[in-house]
Amino acid sequence: MEDRILLAHGSGGKLSHDLIAKSFVSTLGNPILNKLDDSAVFELSGRLAFTTDSYVVSPIFFPGGDIGKLAVCGTVNDLSMSGATPLYLSLSFIIEEGFLITDLEKIVNSVQQAAAEAGVKIAAGDTKVVNQGSADKLFINTSGVGIVPTGVDISGANAKPGDKVIVSGTLGDHGIAVLSQREGLKFRVPVPSDCSPLNRLVAEMLETSANLHCLRDPTRGGLAATLNEFAQQSQVGINIDEESIPINKAVLSACELLGFDPLYVANEGKLLAVVAPADADKVLAKMKRNQYGREAAIIGEVVNEHLGRVVMNTRLGASRIVDMPVGELLPRIC
Amino acid sequence: MCLAIPALVKSINGHQAEVDIDGVTRQISIQLTPEVRVGDYVLLHTGYAINVIDEAEAEETLQLLRELSEAF
Amino acid sequence: MKFVNEYRDPELAKRLLGRIQHCSTRPIRLMEFCGGHTVAIFKHGIRQLLPQTIEMLSGPGCPVCVTANTDLDKAIALAHLPNVIITSFGDMIRVPGSYSSLQLAKAEGCDVRVVYSVQDALYIARDNPDKSVIFIGIGFETTAPTIAAAIWQAEQEGISNYYLLPLHKLCPPIMQALLDLGEVRLNGIICPGHVSSIIGSHPYRFIPDNYNIACVVSGFEPLDILLCIDMLVNQIETDQYKVEIAYRRGVKPEGNKPALRLMNTVFEVGQANWRGIGVVPSSGLRLKKRYQQFDAETNFDINPEPSREAKGCLCGSILRGVNTPLDCKLFRNSCTPEHPVGPCMVSSEGGCATYYHYGDTYGR
Repeated sequence: MEDRILLAHGSGGKLSHDLIAKSFVSTLGNPILNKLDDSAVFELSGRLAFTTDSYVVSPIFFPGGDIGKLAVCGTVNDLSMSGATPLYLSLSFIIEEGFLITDLEKIVNSVQQAAAEAGVKIAAGDTKVVNQGSADKLFINTSGVGIVPTGVDISGANAKPGDKVIVSGTLGDHGIAVLSQREGLKFRVPVPSDCSPLNRLVAEMLETSANLHCLRDPTRGGLAATLNEFAQQSQVGINIDEESIPINKAVLSACELLGFDPLYVANEGKLLAVVAPADADKVLAKMKRNQYGREAAIIGEVVNEHLGRVVMNTRLGASRIVDMPVGELLPRIC
Repeated sequence: MCLAIPALVKSINGHQAEVDIDGVTRQISIQLTPEVRVGDYVLLHTGYAINVIDEAEAEETLQLLRELSEAF
Repeated sequence: MKFVNEYRDPELAKRLLGRIQHCSTRPIRLMEFCGGHTVAIFKHGIRQLLPQTIEMLSGPGCPVCVTANTDLDKAIALAHLPNVIITSFGDMIRVPGSYSSLQLAKAEGCDVRVVYSVQDALYIARDNPDKSVIFIGIGFETTAPTIAAAIWQAEQEGISNYYLLPLHKLCPPIMQALLDLGEVRLNGIICPGHVSSIIGSHPYRFIPDNYNIACVVSGFEPLDILLCIDMLVNQIETDQYKVEIAYRRGVKPEGNKPALRLMNTVFEVGQANWRGIGVVPSSGLRLKKRYQQFDAETNFDINPEPSREAKGCLCGSILRGVNTPLDCKLFRNSCTPEHPVGPCMVSSEGGCATYYHYGDTYGR
């Protein structure tokens, strides 16, 4: 078999079938996928959660993960943030002609491992190959479906004054890990991407409290984007405390080096939760017993002032607004 | 203007040095601070050391800060 | 981080603020010249914590904000030339010129790359011998020596496809020009810490000597800034004006001599075009004759369209400390970080961006 992906691999003929059999089904196989019918058919009942995301991260391999792991965790997490139990994912590849098949297999292995950890099945897939130059190596799209348990109502619009804001762990790890690999930056950070599936963590949090009001994973735009979204959707104010926000020392240094505010850096294995005050402590305790919540902390609360805005209490005891991020983070000299 | 952060010099190789900032490491140029030695802290600005940090002065400044604010 | 965290001690800060409150008896106006100080002050909420007697003004010390449209238009024109790779610090990418920006040029297919260090631009030149790599040289005296070092290295290593568009500016001349304009009455100036790391403190002597204005060189952590303000207040209260250094771990009075020598080997002083102020003599750097082979303007033929300023944009007077962003009709209306009209809104340390992001309601 050729060692690189050719246009023919995406054209539906023998090469395509061989690729699907050897590189995808053999690794990801399950009773639904193995049928290789045009659609996956299965029974589901209850309130469905449904989401889609495309993954275009560059570089595709980074410390702590790769685009395959990201593609599974990102969609699993989006489902989890609605309180859903994730069940099935679709997996679509757009591959640039010339891509190494061994790299593709590494990525598919990552997909399989992440799916196994999250307990989800890849039910449907697709592969397209485009001319060299028409895609940056590899793009992946995953859509996911899950079931929201009865009585669970989680939304960015549910925050209430008095609620506590909890973060599940250290901020900025993923953004900095990916950035450190980019051409032109060349620094080494001992902290890998935090890319992880959070569905079990969320399930445990839901077992502990019926008063989980909001959940979101602070991906692009970081904590700042997510908390601003909550504040605007719920029309409340949010106060956070600078001292209580967990950030790895190395990540903080990398941010200082490049002129980034860690509150704006992406995370792929963290969540922000807004919880009724009576339940905050026990939810926090439960989170800390999960491997993905060890460094969880209460970082602030919801208030009835400065509606729609997030304010941070600085180390010095003054306060400043934490605004919505604008555009991509660019290293600066000033 | 001018983001510059303290970085610890771990090794030197001609005009270049390897520095460490709380675990973050990078190759930088020491062309502007030829007097630097391993173990020094430098001010790192856009991949160049722009000065060697005077550790004695750093301690004196902290001492001054403590003295000035003692009565308040 | 060592030499950083100790200068963020909230307990010491509180007490130092108490001392400043106690010592500051009359209304005074201080200008933080440097954009990095503007950001640090807002980030830590220092303005709110200072006594009512102290009014803080932001100055033009943001190299991005003071880059004239004509110069940015040149950079964008260079980006459109065939076989050219433009390399730039991230700060400049989104700044709007008269008609476009480097970011837009990139979207149109130009090869525009952000680098963390000018040395990375040099490596890009070395790795792409069939292209011309042009570095957009912005910054004050902190950055200029690094750019000079890269030119020196290019000459040593025989890298002949590396070029510089030198837009570097100098602080003391612009401080003097600002004071001569007489538009704003100042009692003290917080001098830029890292510029001073290179040039030392002697170049600021004209400020107390000729203008009776207090002058202290400051670092960027909260305790550094508060110590600087305390020293400024002390000078003003005792009517004893001089140049002092609060940032002693990073600044010697004579500066960094090897860096200055390298700067003087590669560059010579010339006039510079400052946005909002105009052409100021002897306030910028250009390559010496011996290094003209690296000069982008000499080596490339560009004919950018005549430059124009955005109507209603108050960046100029904001940079001079005459207005605040709140006085600008475009601020928060047609001029936002997503759709900036002027550079003060794009640059992360521009006055307008700082006010927008950190909140005018939470500062003064």
